[in-house]
Amino acid sequence: MLHVLDKKLLRDLLRIWAQSLAVAMVMACGVATIILAVGASRSLEETRSAFYDRYRFGSVFASVVRAPDHLESRIKAIPGVSAAELRVVEPVILDITGMAEPASGLLVSVPDNRQAEVNRLYIRTGRLPSANQGNEVAVIETFANAHGFRPGDRFNVIMNGRKRALTIVGIVLSPEFIYAIGPGDMVPDPKRFGVFYMSESVLSSVFDMENSFNDLSLSTLRGSDTRAIMESVDALLDNYGAAGAYDRPDQISNAFLDSELNQLAAMAKIIPPIFLLVSAFLVNMILSRLVALEREHVGLFKALGYSNFAIGAHYAKLVILIALVGLVIGSGAGWWLGRGLTRLYANFFSFPFLIFTKSLDLYAIAGSVAVVSSLAGAAKSIWSISNLPPAIAMRPPAPEIYRSFFGRRLRWASWVSQLTIMSLRQLIRRPVRSGLTTLGTSMSVALLVTALFSFDSIDYMIDVIFFQSDRQDASLTFASDTSSSAIFDVAALPGVIRTEPFRATQVKLRNEHREVKMSLLALSAGSQLSRILDEDLKPMEPPPNGLVISELVAAKLKLRPGDMVEIELTSKGRRIDYAPVVGIAQSYVGLTAYASLPFLNSLMRDGSKISGARIAIDQNALGDLYANVKNTPAIAGIALQDISRQKFRDTIEENIITMTTVYVSLAVIITFGVIYNSARIQLSERARELASLRVFGFTTAEVSKVLLIELSVIVLAAQPLGWLLGYLFSLSVVKGFSSDLFRIPFVINAPTFAWASLVVLSSALASALIVRRRVDRLNLIRVLKTRE
Amino acid sequence: MESDPTKKKAIFRISNLSKIYRTGEVSVRALNDVTLDMTEGDMTVLLGPSGSGKSTFLNIVGGLDRATSGQVFFKDRELTACTERQLTKYRRDHVGFVFQFYNLIPSLTARENVHLVTEIAKNPMSAEDALELVGLQNRADHFPAQLSGGEQQRVAIARAIAKQPEVLLCDEPTGALDSKTGVLVLEALARVNESLGTTTALITHNAGIQNIAHRVISFIDGRISDDHRNETRIAPSEVVW
Repeated sequence: MLHVLDKKLLRDLLRIWAQSLAVAMVMACGVATIILAVGASRSLEETRSAFYDRYRFGSVFASVVRAPDHLESRIKAIPGVSAAELRVVEPVILDITGMAEPASGLLVSVPDNRQAEVNRLYIRTGRLPSANQGNEVAVIETFANAHGFRPGDRFNVIMNGRKRALTIVGIVLSPEFIYAIGPGDMVPDPKRFGVFYMSESVLSSVFDMENSFNDLSLSTLRGSDTRAIMESVDALLDNYGAAGAYDRPDQISNAFLDSELNQLAAMAKIIPPIFLLVSAFLVNMILSRLVALEREHVGLFKALGYSNFAIGAHYAKLVILIALVGLVIGSGAGWWLGRGLTRLYANFFSFPFLIFTKSLDLYAIAGSVAVVSSLAGAAKSIWSISNLPPAIAMRPPAPEIYRSFFGRRLRWASWVSQLTIMSLRQLIRRPVRSGLTTLGTSMSVALLVTALFSFDSIDYMIDVIFFQSDRQDASLTFASDTSSSAIFDVAALPGVIRTEPFRATQVKLRNEHREVKMSLLALSAGSQLSRILDEDLKPMEPPPNGLVISELVAAKLKLRPGDMVEIELTSKGRRIDYAPVVGIAQSYVGLTAYASLPFLNSLMRDGSKISGARIAIDQNALGDLYANVKNTPAIAGIALQDISRQKFRDTIEENIITMTTVYVSLAVIITFGVIYNSARIQLSERARELASLRVFGFTTAEVSKVLLIELSVIVLAAQPLGWLLGYLFSLSVVKGFSSDLFRIPFVINAPTFAWASLVVLSSALASALIVRRRVDRLNLIRVLKTRE
Repeated sequence: MESDPTKKKAIFRISNLSKIYRTGEVSVRALNDVTLDMTEGDMTVLLGPSGSGKSTFLNIVGGLDRATSGQVFFKDRELTACTERQLTKYRRDHVGFVFQFYNLIPSLTARENVHLVTEIAKNPMSAEDALELVGLQNRADHFPAQLSGGEQQRVAIARAIAKQPEVLLCDEPTGALDSKTGVLVLEALARVNESLGTTTALITHNAGIQNIAHRVISFIDGRISDDHRNETRIAPSEVVW
């Protein structure tokens, strides 16, 4: 048998269902975003760690020019190393039928007749290549899917100067290439970049690497000191052209996953609290009105003998019920969106399986947070009504006191109508509520600015990277550093209009105890295709003596122009040199330092060499150039700027469209929740006043003005506040995004603010108009016959 | 003081007016076939117990409610045929209302409450004059919460007459007041009727008030039970409460 008070509760809830649902929806957004962000990040994390564990993803990695296999026993003897895999890894250019531009790939050796100890492959279909068949290859799944390849299909690869037709025998996934990104690309393009596995003996013989290796992956024992292991590895490999050992945080695929997980964590920190705060405020608003309306009933209940606690519990239950509705809707939405997001990740990141974590605790946490935040919003009303003495409760509340704006002397100019004054005085009389309503509405604006600004930032980034800094059409990388005269061969390729040589080498830069690993890029004087940009994006010449370092490197090493920096040349046996910092450059991708070609060559002490060239291409001769590149053994890689940019833009745009849809929905829900409730409560509080106005002969349009002016002031005041909050949220997003791999410039253009406001203003208008219709239905006679 | 009905025109002509309220399955006949004329410049008191139909009558005449059947003419205009929009305009241009619970806007001062109406009226008097007419010129800048009940009701009267309406409709204007304050309110109403010639209809439970009127109409069960003109009228201060 239902308690009488509980029956009242259910009927109350039915009566105010629209308002309760609006609040529950806002709460649901909070719950859904918690479940989405935390749930997806847990799933991603679990999936990754299961893949890593089962397929023995390495912990320390190193590459060398060429080192003898007999080092294996000494490598395995390094304390903390549990397994080592010595491999041959070679960048190659592919020639795929039906695809004009050359694709690039990485050939990786797999041990003959045994499973790899480190970085094992997950075989989706087929098998691993055998040692006896020289043309067998297993290809990474993303590449196979992009080209529709099945086992048995063939494609051509330029291996050490010779074109070879390889036959696919298996389709595989590797923990090493969950995120497989090609040279010069900013997002994966599986059509133009693939990873290919061939038998070790075959690869060794093709690349003249018998009894040698050029790549090393190590597993380490739990709790071992990877830093010490890396140092031992570097010491062992010093004399073999080592590029320096690195661990998981610097492994590119792993680092991208880390940065995605960081973004989810940042989302979980910023977005759910916004919704929970707004819903707490809405609960506060609704309950305080309900309690005001039911004041006399409460007096009666108390007179009948109900305890203060029973009254408090009655209203607390109402709030908890609303929170539970929010929890149910939010959980459903969060679960559904979370699965969607994890699937999206599965497309972007290449996993053999997906683990959806069943996080019951997460639902419990989200539920408690929703209930607690709504009870916090209700606390004041519940407290005051529970403690109101019955005799006072049964009397109507004291009349409301209003104030003149500027004292009584000042009369309002005739242009301000009394209706406007009514609205404005109401706003001023409840400054806290007006302020919070404004703040709530501004949250939607802020949320939209935060969602939309990335468009501006990415546009700006594309402009800086592709149109101001790296303006070449393509970048060719040689198989190894070559005499600088090779630039003439490049210039002689068909369609090449301009060439600019570059040399790149791995270095560690140090200042006192601070150290960063990076690539040092040397450019020739007067480079026009590839330019160094200073912090104001003005082009700088490569310095004849010394280094220009990127902003982030300067910050990490605490270096300023004029300081000396220690340079460790990784591939030169870790030889140490020093150079002055002569400038700071702007760079959004990776950690970078620049030098002039002669300066780097003087540091390297190996003659005048280059690693590749940036080229401008005559678009009409593109076909000839591609054909030539595919047949030039010295060219190990080609990065095509136009295609990279297009792919980057497409990927980002797709993400932004999804994200914008989600955020616009969220913002509309907040705006609707705040404005609808605010208007309903105003209407309830002022029904009598408004009905009186109708009696005096004001039209419904004029009467609605009183409501609409008040809402307009709130919504308009919310705009600049929302812009400011959006600016701050966006700034924190930019900071959260920032990693060594990738930084987003902080740019918000005026149209972004305008769009955010437009969405919020339209949804505010829509919700106000829904309430406005109720003005037409005001019962004039009833309100006039009753005392409030 | 006495007005002669034979010389003045009827401002309202009401014939066979009925109003039935339906709530669910229950229907209540609030007005039952009422026919009468109301004369310009008269002060009419409507008497009757609760539920006798006097408020319903006043609401229909004031354009706040619609009749179920019958006709109401205000001068030449048939109110019973008006649209909602036309009724709003009718109230705006021709009618002043005073209610038992004042219905002042709490966020506006006394003067601003009057301005509320003068802003939209065609030929209003100044708010100050209206307040002076009810003796509140010194309380013009006070908010309702700072005024006594009687003062609030006088502000309501000032607000109702400030537009110089042709008709002033008062539903229990003294119902929430003590006798002393009630007298002040009645005096204000009488003064308005006298000096501006506003046709006034006043609902009351208090039979003593009937003697200040030109005409007294009594309602019982939705019908007119008595309709007479006072031979002699008394001043509001003489009303026995």
